[in-house]
Amino acid sequence: MSPTSILFAIAFYLAATVLVAGLLYRVVDYARTPAPLKIPTTPAPTTRTGVVLRMSHEVLLFSSLFRANKWIWLFGFAFHVALAVVLARHLRYFTEPVWWPVALIQPIGIYAGLAMVGALAMLWLRRFVVPRVRYISAPSDHLWLLLLILIGASGLAMKFVTHTDVIAVKAFFLGLLYFDWQPLPTDPLLLLHLILVLALMIGFPFSKLLHAPGIFFSPTRNQVDDPRERRHLAPWAAELEKR
Amino acid sequence: MAKIDFELPKLGPNLEIPVLQPDAMLGAGPFVAKPDHQEKLGFPGELVDDWQQVAIDKLGELVNKSRGLKVFLDSCVKCGACTDKCHYFIGTGDPKNMPVARQDLLRSVYRRYFTFAGKHFPKLVGARDLTEEVLDEWYNYFHQCSQCRRCSVFCPYGIDTAEISMAARDIMDAVGKGQKYCNEIIGKVHKIGNNLGLPEPALINTLEGLEEDIKDETGVDVRLPVDVQGAEVMLVTPSADFFAEPHVDGLIGYAKVFHQAGISWTLSSYASEAANFGMFIGNYENMRKVSLRIRQAALDLGVKRIVFGECGHAWRVAYSFLNTLAGPFDFLDQRYPVPQHICEFTNDLITRGALHLDPSANDDKVVTFHDSCNVARASRMGDQPGGQFEIPRAVIRASVNRFVDMADETIRDRTFCCGGGGGLLTDDLLELRAKGAMPRMQALKQVIDDHGVTHMAAICAICKSQFSKVLPMYGMQMDMIISVHQLVGDAIQLGTKE
Repeated sequence: MSPTSILFAIAFYLAATVLVAGLLYRVVDYARTPAPLKIPTTPAPTTRTGVVLRMSHEVLLFSSLFRANKWIWLFGFAFHVALAVVLARHLRYFTEPVWWPVALIQPIGIYAGLAMVGALAMLWLRRFVVPRVRYISAPSDHLWLLLLILIGASGLAMKFVTHTDVIAVKAFFLGLLYFDWQPLPTDPLLLLHLILVLALMIGFPFSKLLHAPGIFFSPTRNQVDDPRERRHLAPWAAELEKR
Repeated sequence: MAKIDFELPKLGPNLEIPVLQPDAMLGAGPFVAKPDHQEKLGFPGELVDDWQQVAIDKLGELVNKSRGLKVFLDSCVKCGACTDKCHYFIGTGDPKNMPVARQDLLRSVYRRYFTFAGKHFPKLVGARDLTEEVLDEWYNYFHQCSQCRRCSVFCPYGIDTAEISMAARDIMDAVGKGQKYCNEIIGKVHKIGNNLGLPEPALINTLEGLEEDIKDETGVDVRLPVDVQGAEVMLVTPSADFFAEPHVDGLIGYAKVFHQAGISWTLSSYASEAANFGMFIGNYENMRKVSLRIRQAALDLGVKRIVFGECGHAWRVAYSFLNTLAGPFDFLDQRYPVPQHICEFTNDLITRGALHLDPSANDDKVVTFHDSCNVARASRMGDQPGGQFEIPRAVIRASVNRFVDMADETIRDRTFCCGGGGGLLTDDLLELRAKGAMPRMQALKQVIDDHGVTHMAAICAICKSQFSKVLPMYGMQMDMIISVHQLVGDAIQLGTKE
């Protein structure tokens, strides 16, 4: 075991802990924070089932964004779908034997990787060429896009430019999962790819990437429109009534 | 007409996204509340010494009391979907009137004091210290949001700028920098019961005068009763309805509906206001206090139903919040929704054939309908989602023969605010109001040119007042704007059903 392998093993445990604990903390915090008033953006569903449907449309199809702006929708949607496929494709490094759906999407995964980088590049371009979007962009907004593009590009480079020893990479990650550490190949491209992924994992719970869990807690989208039928009262508001 | 010392945007054939004009609406904001206005609402009279700490503490309190606020402040990815959706941005070009930029005025401070990234890398994530300049910027630009929620329709996470501007205003009230217009009015409601500060004798006098007017015009004794014990319905309506055109014609319309349906009703002198400006300043306690007057009045008068008159944000508070703030209403007749909107009430009567309407009475008009923002995006009517669009239109169609809708992208849940909502209906914000009205004026102009529309009906006191003011600025007739229930009142054939 080289020191590099040990370093990366420890880093991945740490990053995974930060990611999972950070997100859990956020989700629990959101869940525990009361929503004092009924504020669904109407027209809103009048049943729980309706809300599940509305939320599915938002999360799976980005329906509000579609109504807002077709270009942002196109690039944003393409990026997220591509990312999902790429992530699913990477499951082959964590499963043995590889699950059959994961095996099935392997060829599509390459196209998804290309689409992902392309869509990200277009999203980034918007931050320069659309004055309104340029105005609202902070340095971090640029850096997240750059980080994701570099992750995608370094990954694709290992497919199209210089291959790495994927068998060894898989052994390394399976080793992490089963606490049976294995050496990690040390080609620079792979290490760059992994370092960037580590940064993404660690930054996730402290950044705007919180939109991922956030949407499920957004009261304008997840509340049932039934204020006349059911009295909604936050615990702190109930306290006011005792005075 | 008020003097205009600013340039109005031009009405073109299409609504165009303006070129950014940084600081176009930079200014000191509306008049600041005097100590007297502040203290009546339980706020410090003037800016407190340690206002920064008080403001930060208040922000911390609010994010822990409201999941929406917390999620909204955390979740924005700056995608830009909302940037061209605000009527104030479209009308002024000031980039700080883009919803996301407006949110960022508060979000930048939230990040600085409440997030890891903002505490340690403020420049990287656009976090800012809360300085006096930031407070001034808040005061100016959070009073350029009418809390109409149009941006929240388009946000992929449903981030609602209204919630953020309400929170910001609540913080500013907590440090002693409130807005005069809203806070003075809320003080009047706490003391007298309505926004106008109209005391009971004046109210009774006004209503008697209206009864005489109706009698003169129709020959029929239509009552406008106040404080009648044991009436079936208590009507809570914006006090503007007692005061001026075109509001009063709506009130006369409600009275005629009650008269023909033979349903006993009353106004309350204690709860003589449907509006609840407590919502505009984002203050739960004040909003609750105003709402509790309505509960008390209903209990005192022993009524069985509560019906709300035409008022946009009042209907939001009534429909969405009243049960929370002043419920449960188990002492009212549970066969009817509590509360009911006057359009729901009238539409039910129309459906049951209890009203005799002759739409040809309005044949001198071609009518369009302005969906008021708070009704459209923050409430409902009837038992189906979207009833808030269909029911007022059904009432209008039963009362007029010629009805035309404005362009699809400017009505229903994509409707544009009149430009005067959210506590901005004050002359010290006239430039903002005039420019913010532009998208609606543009859509209206289009149906005037294409379909000969003569009147725009609305169900909101603020919309009606605002349009009366800005229509002439855009070269249109001030009296184009009318109440939906004026159309009903004019179409109703008194003496044929009762």
